[in-house]
Parts: sequence; structure tokens; C-alpha cells
Amino acid sequence: MDSDNLTGYSLELMAHLFRQMTLVREFELRAIEERRGGLIPGFIHSCVGQEATAVAACAALAQEDVITSTHRGHGHLLGKGGDPKFMMAELAARSSGYCLGRGGSLHIADFDLGILGANGIVGGGFPIAVGAALAFRMRGEQRVALTFFGDGAINEGTFHESANLAGLWKLPVIFFCENNLYGEGTPQHKQAPIADLANRAGGYGFPGIIVDGSDPIAIYQAVQDARERALAGDGPSLIEAKTYRFRGHFEGDPQVYRIPGELEQWRERDPVPVFRSRLLKSGLFDEKTLAEIEASVQDQLDEAVAFAVAAPLPEEGEALQGIYADTHEGLVF
Amino acid sequence: MHEISYSEAIREAMSEEMRRDSDTFLMGEDVAVFGGVWGVSEGMLAEFGEDRVRDTPISEAAIIGAGLGAAMMGMRPIVEIMFGDFLMCGGDQIVNQVAKARFMSGGRARVPLTIRVTTGAPGSAAAQHSQSPESWFMNVPGIKIAVPSTPADAKGLLRTAVRGSDPVLFFEHKMLYSEVGPVSDDEDFSVPFGKAAVVREGSDVTVIAVSIMVKKALQAAEQLALDGISVEVIDPRTLVPLDKETLIQSVAKTNHVVIAHEAHRRSGPGAEIAAMLAEEAVEYLDGPVMRVAARNVPLPYSPVLENSVLPNEEDIVSAVKFLLQP
Repeated sequence: MDSDNLTGYSLELMAHLFRQMTLVREFELRAIEERRGGLIPGFIHSCVGQEATAVAACAALAQEDVITSTHRGHGHLLGKGGDPKFMMAELAARSSGYCLGRGGSLHIADFDLGILGANGIVGGGFPIAVGAALAFRMRGEQRVALTFFGDGAINEGTFHESANLAGLWKLPVIFFCENNLYGEGTPQHKQAPIADLANRAGGYGFPGIIVDGSDPIAIYQAVQDARERALAGDGPSLIEAKTYRFRGHFEGDPQVYRIPGELEQWRERDPVPVFRSRLLKSGLFDEKTLAEIEASVQDQLDEAVAFAVAAPLPEEGEALQGIYADTHEGLVF
Repeated sequence: MHEISYSEAIREAMSEEMRRDSDTFLMGEDVAVFGGVWGVSEGMLAEFGEDRVRDTPISEAAIIGAGLGAAMMGMRPIVEIMFGDFLMCGGDQIVNQVAKARFMSGGRARVPLTIRVTTGAPGSAAAQHSQSPESWFMNVPGIKIAVPSTPADAKGLLRTAVRGSDPVLFFEHKMLYSEVGPVSDDEDFSVPFGKAAVVREGSDVTVIAVSIMVKKALQAAEQLALDGISVEVIDPRTLVPLDKETLIQSVAKTNHVVIAHEAHRRSGPGAEIAAMLAEEAVEYLDGPVMRVAARNVPLPYSPVLENSVLPNEEDIVSAVKFLLQP
């Protein structure tokens, strides 16, 4: 890690980061296991390896701030306060899930928590975040919108349109790029002519910052700074976190495209154990405390899986509900 | 009642709703200083200021998606897309985001977003500025589609769209903007979605006409009346939801039906309406369901070519006569 300096950050924050990063990691591994076991019928795009970006970025936000997430969104949702019970139940396609079994992993949203939705469309969330930020600006609310995306999404047209509009109107948006070096099955260097995607920010009149995606403290600080800038009326920021996806694009992906040796190198920077060691080394946390946190995560996930297993499946007729708020005497459904 | 144009009716609805509700605002390309390239929002910048009447970059995906994000946060945005042809530049936002946000989230998202957009051929605007894309979106559950043909319907349907809680594609025909007609003075006047208008009563044949074809159907009905043919003209006013009941009742009475729209014939709104009638009203029909629509070619530039492709009142007259031939 570049900075071993934890001074100035509260024990509470560090414990929160460690706990939530552990939760994200273990949630993903449990979901993969439950998918193999048949509980979960749909896709899983796991974020194993990207726990620090998701958790630390959300930790720097206020409760009333909002995020848009991606297909690789479980970490973002948990980071923003999503409940693993309702997430697991949604993955298990149950009517007690976040989306009542209508959305699945790619579409989990909780507007009360400021989660405007994971998204099945790469680049789909940018304009939504810009619109939320516009609403905050028009209403004079001190809130920001953070839009998570990957190195693949930055090549979508919606990034350009949204960054331009947010930059033009100096909207309180944080563009948070998790550059995990692959857009689906193609390496980042084969998808863009530059490696440092933060450089694109200059074209929209706002700063681009690169952070170590394995270092939750650095990520937290970068997002906090971007948030202050946004709330001061100075406009958006682009934060590029250099990170790595330890598993396939989706579970079951044969990963023939992965560059040999790369994964092993990145494992040395695995954000969860690295942060754990750092906390121990700092003397601020002892083994017992961290082990207790880990045990509490396992308990929470046991509870989440049990909840999902016990949750009812939807009734068939529920597919025809919840499309419209106003049904015009049943004429639309 | 007061007499205003279709364009003024739309402006009245927007302005009245913006006066009533500070969460309603207008955003789009050239809507503020320019007043809209069709002049619909003229004067609104002066009244509401640049915060609530917003000129945007030429970025349809960002405009529509930002409307969605603002709507999710409790605003009631009206966004304008200058030409229906440009909807596809923001196509993913409409089809995959706006239309599905509520359903995918288990009914958690509320999306009171009105997308105002022009439709139809204004004359020699060629293939990328003349299309009637309504039916492209009829195949996408989650978004409502309004197609007003009169100033009163334009105002009343727009109010329903803006006050509602769902996303609406609101199609304004370019060649109707200057049409003048009576509009209620009631400040809450609205037209419900899913209620077709019986624009002219008749007994021999039903013409179900969409948008500008209502006007042409009325002209055709006048002409056919001279031959002693009584035409009933029905305007669905919204394609989603569709007032099947009024359509079927009319067909039950006349036993003959022609569907007229300016959209292309293949898989246009008429295809859905015809299929619906085949499923639910076939016993009333004494002949085939006829469609009068644009031919299946891109809209051409030359008036000679364009007129040969677009449907007109003569085509409706011919279709009716074909149906009623002894």
C-alpha cells in the first residue's frame, strides 16, 4: 500500500470498511455457492476483488446521497446499506426479494437507501445519476449522485453525453470508474487507446483522479474530496480506481482471455486480506476483534440464505403487476 | 371555451402545470431561448427562467435519462425531443431504463416523466425527419403513448401525462401545430388515457384514425357522405392504453373498419388494432380489416415521391368504397 497512514480516520470508519468489505466478499462467495446448489437461477457477475472500491466509495457518501450501480453491483448495494437478506432473496427469485422476484441481480434498487438501481445495460446508469443530481440542484438539496461504472462503460456514448452535461451544468455528480482491466472478455488496452481513463475528465472540464482500488482509505478520501467539491458547486469529478476482477465476467465464464500471471500478481493486492493485515499492523485492531467481525458477517449471511430459502416464490399472476402506477381502470397492466 | 392552436394548447398545459407545481420543468434542445424549433415553448423562458426551462446539448440519451433520474427523485420533468426520428439516439434510455424502471424494481421506482416529441411528415423533410415512430414503442411494456389530434386533446392529454405517475411518450404531429380549436377554460381540464373519442358518428363504416389521420378521415367522411355513406370516425387518442371497448362497439355497429395512420403500414399501430379486432370482434366484421398507412419505404424528399408514399383522405375514401362494394 502506498499509504500506511491511518491517522485522521476513525476506528469506527475502519471497522465499517473492514466489515463491509468482508461482507461483500463473503456475500459473493455464498451467492456463487448457492447458485451452484440451485437456489439462484440467474446470472451472477461477482465483484470479488473489487470490494474496496464499492464499500469505501459508498462510505464517503451521506445517507441521502444516491448511487447508480452496474451489472457487477452487489458490492455497491451492500456498501450503500442494502440488506443481504432481501438481496439474497431477490437472487433466489423470491417474492420477498428487493424487486419481488421481478428484477434479479441486475436490477436491485432501494430508493429509500439511495440505490437507484443496478443496471443490465453497460453505461445505462450515467444519465440517471445526472438527472438525480439535476433534481438536487433544482431543489437546493445538499446531496450528490455517484455513478459506478467500469472501464468498458466509459466507451459508451452515454458516458460522453452525461459527463458533458454534468460538467456543463456543474452538477453534483461523482463519476466513479472501477477499472478492473477487462470489459467483459476483452482487456482494457484493447478497448481504449489510453490506460489512464481519468484523463478523459479534462475534456469535460472537471478533474480526473486515479486511486489505488485496493486501498479503501485512499478511495474514501478521494470520494470525500469529490463530494465536497460537488456540494460546493464546483461540479463533477471522475475518479478512476485501478482494481481487478478476480473471477470471470459472469459465473461460468471460461476466462480464456485472461492474461497469464496477471491474476496471481493481483492476488498480492487482494483488498480484503491486505486491509486486514494493515489494520493488525497498525495496532489499532487485534486478531480477536477482526475475527469477531468476520464471524458476525458469516452469521448475517447464514441468516440471509435462510431467509431466501424460506421466502415464498412469486405467484404467476404477479408478473402482470407493478408495471404502471396508474392503470387507467385496468386498461394497461 | 377559448380558441387556441394545438401548439398553444401544449404550451398552456405545460405553463399551467409549471405554475401549479414547482417540481415540473421543461428540458430539451432549443426549448428555452429559441422557444422550441416548432415554437411550442415560446415565451416560457421569460416566465419561468432558465432553471426550469432548460436548453440542453444535443444529447438525447442524456436528456431522456436525466429526465428519468430527476423523476426518480420526485420531480415531474417534461423533456422535449425535437424529432421522433431522434428518439433512437436515446433509445436505450427509453426502452431499457425509463419503461422498465418501475417493473424491474418491483414497483419501487416512480417515474412521472413526460417525453414530448414530434411525429409525422412536415413535407420534404425526408427519411430522418418525417417518421411516425409510435408503434416502435408500442412493443415495449412500461411506457404509455399519447397521440393527440386536436388542441383540446393535446392540452387535456398532456395534463394527464404530466400529473400522472408513469412515463409517457407524447407524440405531437408537426402538421397539427397550427390547427385551431376550442379548448375548455377549466384549469383542471384533462383528457383521460384509454378513452377513445367518437369524433363523428356514423353507421356504415368505422374509420379508426390516429393523429393527423383524424383530420383526413373527417375530410373523407364528408366526401363519402355525398355518396350516401355514413362514416364513424374514432380517435383512440392513446395507443397505450388502447380503448378497445369503444373501438369494438363501433365495429359492432358498422361491421366494417378501416384503420388509418401515417406510420408505415408494416407493424404500424394498425397492425396491433387489426389483430385486436380479429381476436375480439371478428364476429362483427362483414369484410377484411383495411389499413391506410404510409407505404413501406423510407420517407422520400421530393414532394412527388413523398405524396405517393404518404396516406391521404383519398386513400381512406378508396378503402371505404372497396369495403362497401356490393
